[in-house]
Amino acid sequence: MKFGVVVFPGSNCDQDAVDTLELMGQHVVKLWHKDHDLQGSDFIILPGGFSYGDYLRTGAVARFSPIMNEVIAHANRGGYLLGICNGFQILAEARLVPGVLLRNTNQQYICKNVHLAPQSRDALLTAGLDKPAYKIPIAHGEGRYFADADTLKRLNDNGQVLFRYCNEAGEITDAANCNGSVENIAGVTNETKNVFGMMPHPERAADPALGNTDGRLILEQALKAVLV
Amino acid sequence: MKYIAEIDIMPQKEILDPQGKAVKLGLHNLHMDTIDNVRIGKHIRLEVEADSEAQARETVDSACRQLLANLIMEEYAFSLHTA
Repeated sequence: MKFGVVVFPGSNCDQDAVDTLELMGQHVVKLWHKDHDLQGSDFIILPGGFSYGDYLRTGAVARFSPIMNEVIAHANRGGYLLGICNGFQILAEARLVPGVLLRNTNQQYICKNVHLAPQSRDALLTAGLDKPAYKIPIAHGEGRYFADADTLKRLNDNGQVLFRYCNEAGEITDAANCNGSVENIAGVTNETKNVFGMMPHPERAADPALGNTDGRLILEQALKAVLV
Repeated sequence: MKYIAEIDIMPQKEILDPQGKAVKLGLHNLHMDTIDNVRIGKHIRLEVEADSEAQARETVDSACRQLLANLIMEEYAFSLHTA
């Protein structure tokens, strides 16, 4: 399987994603945002960062980068697509996943380890996760997930919530809701469950040298795409 | 003809605006206790070339819907005048 990591002006987690996937023995290419070629990638990643300086709204301008035509076509064909942090914001702006990401309730940029409880039992990214909580870093100022009541009901009914913020024991509490997201939501998938968006950074918690490999356990789920 | 659009983009009423809340606290610290419900949005000014006001309106409306505002979380309004 071949991974493609899109590089926008202002992306800053593209190399982390590449390094992590290579550490996992995967073939990875970087895709420049001005190109129109996914280079045969089977699994596309939109990395974290501050694309276009977060001008207007996070992800709003990157969503219209040239390569997004091909990325959206890839997703509409059923191809796998994962947006991490700013990548999630771009997916939301492109309406590839429901909802939006708003300024954190406390107005602060938050950079720390949080815990995630995997939710969806049939989404590729979470179905195989069996620990109650995964320790993953977040680093964002606009990560407060919001969707209206109808959308939330659909997300819950269809098993489209991927992760919720929780405590170390896996309990989904208000205290664990670091950014004020509605229903502690940290990640969602689209209706057909081939597009995944999450604010936390699994690629920053995948190298044993960094002392935490919970992120690798999450990203390894993506490798099951070849079995689908 | 050249038109100028003055666009206001505001967070939707039901969405918590922590920035507005923080600014309200600051105003109260200045003893302006009569001020309430502070909401913070964006103001965008742009020029558009169009044959008629209706055409300019259509272009600006389309710009707001497609890029300038995100209707899931924001609402917009604008006025037009000739340059």
